[in-house]
Amino acid sequence: MSDEGSDRPDFGIYVHWPFCLAKCPYCDFNSHVSRNVDQARWARALARELEHAREMTGPKSVQTIFFGGGTPSLMEAETVGHVLDTIARLWHVDDHAEISLEANPTSADAGRFTGYRAAGVNRLSLGVQSLDAKDLRFLGRMHSVDEALDAIALARATFPRISFDLIYARPEQTVAAWQAELSRALDFAADHLSLYQLTIEEETSFARLYERGAFKVPDGPLSAALYEATQAICAEAGLPNYEISNHARPGAECRHNLLYWHYGDYVGAGPGAHGRLGGRDKQATRTLKAPGAWLASVEEKGHGIEAIEPISLAEQADEMMLMGLRLGEGIDPLRYASLAGAALDETRIERLTGDGLLRRLPNGRLAASPEGRLVLNAVLAELLA
Amino acid sequence: MLYPRPMSDKNPTDLAHIRNFSIIAHIDHGKSTLADRLIQLCGGLTQREMKEQVLDSMDIERERGITIKAQTVRLDYTYKNGELYELNLIDTPGHVDFAYEVNRSLAACEGSLLVVDASQGVEAQTLANVYQAIEVNHEIIPVLNKIDLPAAEPERVREQIEEVIGLDTSNAVEISAKTGLGIEAVLEAIVERLPSPKGDATAPLKAMLVDSWYDSYLGVVVLVRVIDGEMRKGQRIKMMASGGAYTLDQVGIFRPKKENVAALGPGEIGFFTASIKEVADTRVGDTVTEERRPCAAALPGFRPAQPVVFCGLFPVDASEFEDLRDAIGKLRLNDASFEFEMETSAALGFGFRCGFLGLLHLEIVRERIEREFNIDLITTAPSVVYHLYMTNGDMIEMHNPADMPDVVKIDHIEEPWIRATILVPDEYLGSILKLCEDRRGRQVELTYAGSRAMLVYRLPLNEVVFDFYDRLKSVSRGYASFDYHIEGYETGDLVRMSVLVNEEPVDALSMVVHRARAEQRGRAMCEKLKELIPQHLFKIPIQAAIGGKVIARETISALRKDVTAKCYGGDITRKRKLLDKQKEGKKKMRQFGRVDIPQDAFIAALKMDEN
Repeated sequence: MSDEGSDRPDFGIYVHWPFCLAKCPYCDFNSHVSRNVDQARWARALARELEHAREMTGPKSVQTIFFGGGTPSLMEAETVGHVLDTIARLWHVDDHAEISLEANPTSADAGRFTGYRAAGVNRLSLGVQSLDAKDLRFLGRMHSVDEALDAIALARATFPRISFDLIYARPEQTVAAWQAELSRALDFAADHLSLYQLTIEEETSFARLYERGAFKVPDGPLSAALYEATQAICAEAGLPNYEISNHARPGAECRHNLLYWHYGDYVGAGPGAHGRLGGRDKQATRTLKAPGAWLASVEEKGHGIEAIEPISLAEQADEMMLMGLRLGEGIDPLRYASLAGAALDETRIERLTGDGLLRRLPNGRLAASPEGRLVLNAVLAELLA
Repeated sequence: MLYPRPMSDKNPTDLAHIRNFSIIAHIDHGKSTLADRLIQLCGGLTQREMKEQVLDSMDIERERGITIKAQTVRLDYTYKNGELYELNLIDTPGHVDFAYEVNRSLAACEGSLLVVDASQGVEAQTLANVYQAIEVNHEIIPVLNKIDLPAAEPERVREQIEEVIGLDTSNAVEISAKTGLGIEAVLEAIVERLPSPKGDATAPLKAMLVDSWYDSYLGVVVLVRVIDGEMRKGQRIKMMASGGAYTLDQVGIFRPKKENVAALGPGEIGFFTASIKEVADTRVGDTVTEERRPCAAALPGFRPAQPVVFCGLFPVDASEFEDLRDAIGKLRLNDASFEFEMETSAALGFGFRCGFLGLLHLEIVRERIEREFNIDLITTAPSVVYHLYMTNGDMIEMHNPADMPDVVKIDHIEEPWIRATILVPDEYLGSILKLCEDRRGRQVELTYAGSRAMLVYRLPLNEVVFDFYDRLKSVSRGYASFDYHIEGYETGDLVRMSVLVNEEPVDALSMVVHRARAEQRGRAMCEKLKELIPQHLFKIPIQAAIGGKVIARETISALRKDVTAKCYGGDITRKRKLLDKQKEGKKKMRQFGRVDIPQDAFIAALKMDEN
């Protein structure tokens, strides 16, 4: 039986491929530019780390697998296949498990799509980012608009499920221009879209440019208007948001990402990957970030784990809240109480519902309203700090 | 040995071989460096023992380059005729807040060195102290320091001293305290030009209490200047104003290291200890005499410390109230010049209303509490003492705007006025005049000395108490110097302005203002609070009001967007740490209804930009 209230989150595995052909100026993910990767050696190392993870998790059923990066579509299909075979050897993989891979929409990457499908990948997530040629250049992307549209078409023909990402709230972007771009994107979309507002992350080249005043990003009210326009258009198109930045036809949500937002357990393998394991005896794992150091560690010790940190129940309660309130379905207050040892503060909930930022749903769950989701960081602070 | 060192148990020096002096100088004009050189040259400390600025011993004194407590050092100087002289230097507090302490230190000497930076010239603070020295009949030796600097203009500064102060500078000593140039000449001038003290060794003991401080081993250490008679270990003494009687445990001098002596005689300066528990029992300016054979009359000029600026000190973390009580109690042991009483604020909870000699004094005490006792403080708006004349004939002294009674019961209110002296290069005169006029000032005098203007203004203290000095420095790019003393009380058209945040009055932000200034101050305050209070999830009206009437209003709009676009498995730890940080940040805020106000906003809200 689950101690975790009504949610019964999936169990999944995240595999990080840290390499890219070029570093995008907005990206603060763990990515490294390298063109000569010994893929067989990396496949062996990933397999070894997964074996180590299996020792930590014990036997479990896997519902989701996700290849993220970096640029996982630089992996050879064989490498992907080796990793998937290893997972299937170590754990029980559900028949209907979701196996996603992030891909760049260049023609070179697209050449590997059929191989990925053959290896077992059943969901592709494409980093399209924009349908505007100028903005693609600004975002440092290596593909053209046409290439992206071709890749979407090929992916739709190859995989049962696909999604693509767009970045909006770009410098000088008007609501009207974004509405037009998004409407066009919806014509090509299948049943899932990730729509992110551009965030200037620390220690990226955008951060340096931004500090120098090289460009501006939309201010609070404009960025709120862009967000609201996005929600309206997607809902109209039958892809309502189910999370702050994610839209899907009901039933087509990304299960792997839902696992994070449901605060379930997952293994993180590969450089700089995070894991959460152990249910109520939660432990956070973090592997070495630098690919070389990770590889050396795995080959020497069998894993690249840099730190294992126990997560107290109170911390789990906070983590579950800050993930769960991102979802339209919200959180189960009983699960919070079971972790925190005390119920959420009723007067704070009253105030926030009074302000129209939180809602109690008929099924007893607590969710952020559309207005509340826009200011979720402040709502969380008001509720938990 | 280079210099003959007298024995520790020596008897008093004869009057003809004593010189007592103080140094008058503006901050940074080299007073401490000169003192160090004098000590060094007279062999008071070896090179190894010399620390920069020996006499300023508190951290805060060193950091700010100011002297808070008077200190003294005895120098043994062999004059060129081979005779040994006892030179006593009293280092005086260097700030207007401690004007009374300065006055008493000066009264303990017969002369002073007026040290002026030869590249800067005379400053207002110097001027105020030099006038005090003239008042107590000092012989003054002008000393031009930093003569080695390329920017030094000794001739111009001589002229300025003659013009502004009226001192003869023909025999001014030119020195560089930094390089040691001219130090011997200073010592010679002290022997040659300063009068020796007068006194009668056989008369009943009469000594002036110059300063005192708390030492955890010895109890209270008292600095005295003996006028008549002698002080010896075991003697029974009495303080004439405070009335306490004690037996002397130790009698001694500073070189600057503490050294016991058999006796202190007329004209000499030294210390005693007598198992005194609290500094409050030893009041600056009091007369020390023998218990059984008292002197006929106490020394003139004694007055008890009078706080002029009051503010509330509250712990940011309400659970630290007892720690704050303890800290204030301990500081008070060593500084009898500040007062405190418990205060309760609807907004801030329990704290203390404290009275200070001035703003610097306030800052020093606050800083010491935060630093030495590690307590984060909220400081409320400083207030002066108002005299409320009630319709029933009573007079109430009001230290806290929150205590203002119903206006219908008040006949009229009086507020303290000061006489301010400001010295400023004439290019900034316009902005200074405007500042003084804006602050309800009345011009008394405007004179020129070279390219510097000397302004004398009468100003209400409540216009000065907060940020006048900051403003003065900012409009003159730091070139104006300022000094003041309190002149008396005058009736003013004063009202209490309250501030409401999200419709709730915040008592810690209420203040007394002149009616004509209320609207401007109210507007400035609301604008400032709008900047200082972070956006919340709802809009927050901020209002300034007099009685029930709103005179200014601002609104902080609600937060529109504050969400992380991407949050996946690798981001959870970072997000939780952000939440933990928000929790920490909340502890540094005070909640008023639903509004979190940052702790520093209470003071920052009062700073007016006036541009």
